Amino acid sequence: MGKSMIKKITGHQMFIPIMALLLLAVVNLIVDPGFFKVTLGTNNSGDPVLSGSLITILDYGSELAILAIGMTLVTAASGGQDISVGATIAIAGSAMLRVLCGTNTRPETIQAPIIVAFLVACVVGMLCGAFNGALVSIFKIQPMIATLILFTAGRSIAAWINNNELPIVPDPKFKYFGGFIPGIPIPTTVFIVIACIIVIVLVLKFTNLGLYTQAVGINESSSKLNGINPTFIKFLTFVILGLCVAVAALIKVSRISTINYSVIAKDIEMDAILAVALGGNALSGGKFNMWSSILGAYVIQFLTTTLYKFNVQSDALSAYKAVVVILLVIFSAPAVRTYFSGLFAKISASGKGRKEAAK
Amino acid sequence: MSKKKLIKGNLFNRMSDTNLLLIITVVIFFLMYIGAIIFQGGGFTKPQMLFNILNSNAALIITACGMSIVMISGGIDISVGGVVALVSMSCAVYLDFHNGSIIGSFLIALAIGLAYGIVQGLLVAYLDIQPFIVSLAGMFFARGMTTIINTKPFNVENNQAFLNLKQTRITVPGMGSYNRKGIYVPAYIEIGVVVALVLVIILFLVLRYTKLGRSFYAVGGNKQSALMLGINVKRTKFFSHLICSTLAGIGGYVYFLHVGSGSASHAMGMEMNAIASSIIGGTMLSGGVGNIIGTLFGVLSLSTIQNIVSSAGLDQAWWTGITIAAMLCIFLLIQSVVMRQRKRALKS
Repeated sequence: MGKSMIKKITGHQMFIPIMALLLLAVVNLIVDPGFFKVTLGTNNSGDPVLSGSLITILDYGSELAILAIGMTLVTAASGGQDISVGATIAIAGSAMLRVLCGTNTRPETIQAPIIVAFLVACVVGMLCGAFNGALVSIFKIQPMIATLILFTAGRSIAAWINNNELPIVPDPKFKYFGGFIPGIPIPTTVFIVIACIIVIVLVLKFTNLGLYTQAVGINESSSKLNGINPTFIKFLTFVILGLCVAVAALIKVSRISTINYSVIAKDIEMDAILAVALGGNALSGGKFNMWSSILGAYVIQFLTTTLYKFNVQSDALSAYKAVVVILLVIFSAPAVRTYFSGLFAKISASGKGRKEAAK
Repeated sequence: MSKKKLIKGNLFNRMSDTNLLLIITVVIFFLMYIGAIIFQGGGFTKPQMLFNILNSNAALIITACGMSIVMISGGIDISVGGVVALVSMSCAVYLDFHNGSIIGSFLIALAIGLAYGIVQGLLVAYLDIQPFIVSLAGMFFARGMTTIINTKPFNVENNQAFLNLKQTRITVPGMGSYNRKGIYVPAYIEIGVVVALVLVIILFLVLRYTKLGRSFYAVGGNKQSALMLGINVKRTKFFSHLICSTLAGIGGYVYFLHVGSGSASHAMGMEMNAIASSIIGGTMLSGGVGNIIGTLFGVLSLSTIQNIVSSAGLDQAWWTGITIAAMLCIFLLIQSVVMRQRKRALKS
């Protein structure tokens, strides 16, 4: 009975991300006992803000968590990944700045309300998603290759939208989305993530999106026979990812009030895919667990923050990340898992045998 | 009955997928090049233009060939750009700081490629981990290691033997052009181009005539049937990754020979260019379809369009990215539509 319990726990999808999270937390506690200390201080403008490593992780992991939501749906429905999210963040962000600043790159006041700019960014993000989705669902091109198009062109298009200028948003209100609202010590990004999670949870609960997505991912032709339209479902998941991209772009651009086309959200597609994989979702599509992916995103951010804590250079960061990823992937590989569970069974069996022999 | 006969007699439907896509690529490349000669003239009329394209893309040709092999057998390897950067940096440090020998540096390049191939091949083939994730981690690792070896980019300046090798030019007999002063300038190629072309021929023969080469197609086309045929699927997958990473190592050395420096930002996005060239050359990511000669033309098409765009006056950096993407998009749509037409024709 104890064995089946262990199997149940280790077999659960959340096991890997939670274990990784605990491992990281323990390592950090050993190295720096004050790692989890959260202090209330004031920022440059005199407003109360919370600071500490934990807050940093929650703050900077938000874009990743939002992208992980969309990426999970895309992965589940199409069995492929969207590698253009970083580039589409650049496009959506650039469009947002274009609306906010107009043709003048150093305006005194913003040219349009922030909400209008955000809606434009949403439309742009969804259009990019629709482009990818059309290629994948209608033309039956593999998702990774279809999104390679925007991956290659995205940053160029972003630069082209603003004529390669770097407009700066003058309004301090615009900074709230990626920073703090005066008077509230918790980073605004946390609220944005919570809002996104509530929306997706409601959508999954009250619509058939989750069920249909999994059905299409598991077996496209049999889901078609059951009256689901796989083309539309795949298309829809890409559009939803486009919306997630627009929200992430708002946060990214708001953090610095401007944009750097070649650097903004660089390698974020890799992190988002890793978050989905780390959450134990099969990258070949099918069943998914949204919570697991979101947790995976924060684990990745935790890892990044930890590495920075160890004074790892930002350029060398990727090497350490790669080692961790490979270890995690090997550990969760089905072949290795079966080998280990076989080994456990053998050990416990031989233990039983010995006990019986002693009797 | 008469319908069936019609399909059999139709050249379009009789051709294998691989050959059809190859012919589309080759025809489009020649149309593009002839179009460039007619409408733009200038540099394109000189044979050196073509050789320059070859000179600067020798490394891409080699890595793209490796990518095609992995893609034919149904996998993907996005670590090649990272491997190229790692090889350039390691060789640059070895040659410049430790005054190493040419042979030694080449062995380093080969060793890095082989090590990458063995590790990634084992993980993908025998542990059944998704090739995308494995090579993603491989790319991260290579880029990070490059920075750890040496942070700042630098040129190799203290190694005369290497500089001599880098300067070596092979003149092409019978080709050349007269410059403005009327002096005959013979066309030249670099050593890397010879390496690349020899590798293309070898790989073409391997894929077409050897048992291993055919099993790449079989495994990529249908794993189950390949297993039924008695092909060792795991070993075939392993070899596809081994060959790809080794070629990335060699490609890295050729790249290093062309640029003569080490930098963490070298070959940024080369994996995507390699994948794009393979696709333009008619390799399908779903596996089982592809051709090395097509990949060669894929690289040539890709860089020709870049040259056309920049000499047409659209020299802002973003036009290159947009044109490559547009070209990729067009080729993908052509492939998708053509394949669907064929499927429909075969069914009816």
